[in-house]
Amino acid sequence: MKDVVLNNIAKIYNKGTVQAVNDVSFHVNKGELFGLIGPDGAGKTSIFRILTTLLLPDGGTASVNGFDVVKDYKTIRKNVGYMPGRFSLYPDLSVQENLNFFASIFNTSVRENYDLIKDIYIQLESFKDRRAGKLSGGMKQKLALCCALIHRPTVLFLDEPTTGVDVVSRKEFWEMLKRLKQQGITILVSTPYMDEATLCERIALIQNGSIMSIDTPQNIIEQFSENLFAVKSDNMGSLLQDLKNIEIVKSCNAFGAYHHVTFKDDNQEMKEALIRVLEEKQHTNIELNPITATIEDCFIKLMEDKEWTL
Amino acid sequence: MRTLKFLLQKEFKQIFRNKSLLPLLFVVPIMQLLILPLAADYEVKNINITIVDHDHSSYSHKLISKITASGYFKLENYVTAFNEAFDDIEKDRSDLILEIPQGFERNLIREDASARQTDGQQLYIAINAINGVKANLGGTYLNRILADYNADVRMEWMQMPKFNRFPTIGIASSSWFNPTMNYRFYMVPGILALLVTMIGAYMCALNIVKEKEVGTIEQINVTPIKKYQFILGKLIPFWIIGIVVFSMGLFGIGWLVYGIVPLGNLFLLYAYLAVYLIAVLGLGLLISTYAETQQQAMSIAFFFMMVFILMSGLFTPIDSMPKWAYVMTQFSPITYFIEVMRMIVLKGSGFADIKIHFLIMIGFAAILNGWAIYNYKKTS
Repeated sequence: MKDVVLNNIAKIYNKGTVQAVNDVSFHVNKGELFGLIGPDGAGKTSIFRILTTLLLPDGGTASVNGFDVVKDYKTIRKNVGYMPGRFSLYPDLSVQENLNFFASIFNTSVRENYDLIKDIYIQLESFKDRRAGKLSGGMKQKLALCCALIHRPTVLFLDEPTTGVDVVSRKEFWEMLKRLKQQGITILVSTPYMDEATLCERIALIQNGSIMSIDTPQNIIEQFSENLFAVKSDNMGSLLQDLKNIEIVKSCNAFGAYHHVTFKDDNQEMKEALIRVLEEKQHTNIELNPITATIEDCFIKLMEDKEWTL
Repeated sequence: MRTLKFLLQKEFKQIFRNKSLLPLLFVVPIMQLLILPLAADYEVKNINITIVDHDHSSYSHKLISKITASGYFKLENYVTAFNEAFDDIEKDRSDLILEIPQGFERNLIREDASARQTDGQQLYIAINAINGVKANLGGTYLNRILADYNADVRMEWMQMPKFNRFPTIGIASSSWFNPTMNYRFYMVPGILALLVTMIGAYMCALNIVKEKEVGTIEQINVTPIKKYQFILGKLIPFWIIGIVVFSMGLFGIGWLVYGIVPLGNLFLLYAYLAVYLIAVLGLGLLISTYAETQQQAMSIAFFFMMVFILMSGLFTPIDSMPKWAYVMTQFSPITYFIEVMRMIVLKGSGFADIKIHFLIMIGFAAILNGWAIYNYKKTS
């Protein structure tokens, strides 16, 4: 059973000059935790707004719970939970008032669905009389999640829920999502952080409004066909420049403390050849280790491949 | 209905929690009603006059003291050359120059009547016309004082015939509906109407746009709340607040402070207010559908208010406006409310007198709200 289905969805802004979403098709199965991974401006929010009936698509069809996003928008609005990227609760109402308000407009009560939000709400309990606008970033996210869940939605849309939230809160947040998944709620989440991709069951990598790949994170990593190496030396800045100019290197990208490198011809000799060239260029303390690819490597490779074909 | 109840609950909570909005809603209108009618007074006093006296005679002194004793004029300067006097006008110290020629007294009392006829006595008045109203009134006052002075002089030198040789018309006037010609009676209902309008249009527009700006409207849109519920949830609180503020102004300030007792039927007045507020809230709603930020809403609302206020007949009588301006005033809802306020409160007009006003206001309410709702639907 598919809870969310998109068929060739397109969205154009500014009278045809900006193609925000370009021919996007994917589906999310019931009870799945699906991640939409891509940088800022990739079109993630536009897709979310189309699915939550806030935006009309310019082409293609989409459905949530089998209801069309254009024709049956009223039914969809009753059944989905949406947490926008920007904090969108009433800052001048308290935590409790916000929660009660959103429960009552969905014709339910906090008590009725308390079991669903209990784990999250417990952390907010001590702030329940504080104005929502005065909460910390992580607390705001938790409250927003509570409000999006309070009517027991069948599908939960979370638009960049972890952007601007500290590392600990981010980790907690994903733990919460896993627990919600166990309750049978379908979750569609978007994030610009590639490291969060592995926490999803399936992901779609999106760039410039187009989907580059849809699969489980594991499969996407396995599809990374080349051998990947991490290179390090004392002067990382000039190392990156030099690597880019070396004939045998296919790609080279900065990744934190290391540069990730692939070769045009994949064999062991290349590794030694590279070290030789780098030593000639006066690099000291050279480290070169084979590593397994991350989602980010895959994303960059997909992006580069796409540029090649263009 | 249940949803609407929760929306209203939320709205009132937010309004009464807003520490900067609350005094703006309730205290500021009262302060304005206390101050504005006193300040907005058409009677021009304190006109600065510079007198150029070439004569220095007892008659010229008599004339000067008559002018200063009138209470309208303040003798700014007393000089002997016109250039000096003109300097006063250029430096904006003076509004009027009165030049008394040399030989004023001698020529005035010369016995030769025929000479008086031909020469006459020429006084020269120069008026600083930058402030049109002040110049106009100042000139008129001064002319009247001079005419009066002229009559005095004549009385002194000529025996008036027992019966007037020409038939004259005596005028006795009495002021109706405002017997003491108290300016405040005219202004207070008008200003009150204006304040209610501002609260309705501004607060309503700003409140809805705030939901857009903060992003809460996104969250609200993904709920089963229906458009009409959301709109009613916004209009009803300000409709109630408008009526409360109006009552405070009418009874608290108008009645207690200024002693203005509404002559007409209060029920009729409130019925009109109810319809009027719906029209004005419709304007606020309309503005909110076009504006994305509170700043935009404020600017648009300010522009409309500016035109409406100047065209409303609050400060300048509509009837004396040029034809095109008169037509424009007919498109400002404030015009009708100010008129109805004055008619019911001062004149005691009944329903039959304001029937047309009622119909027009219902039209305004229908058009503004209809347009706003149409536009609101289109955008989301």
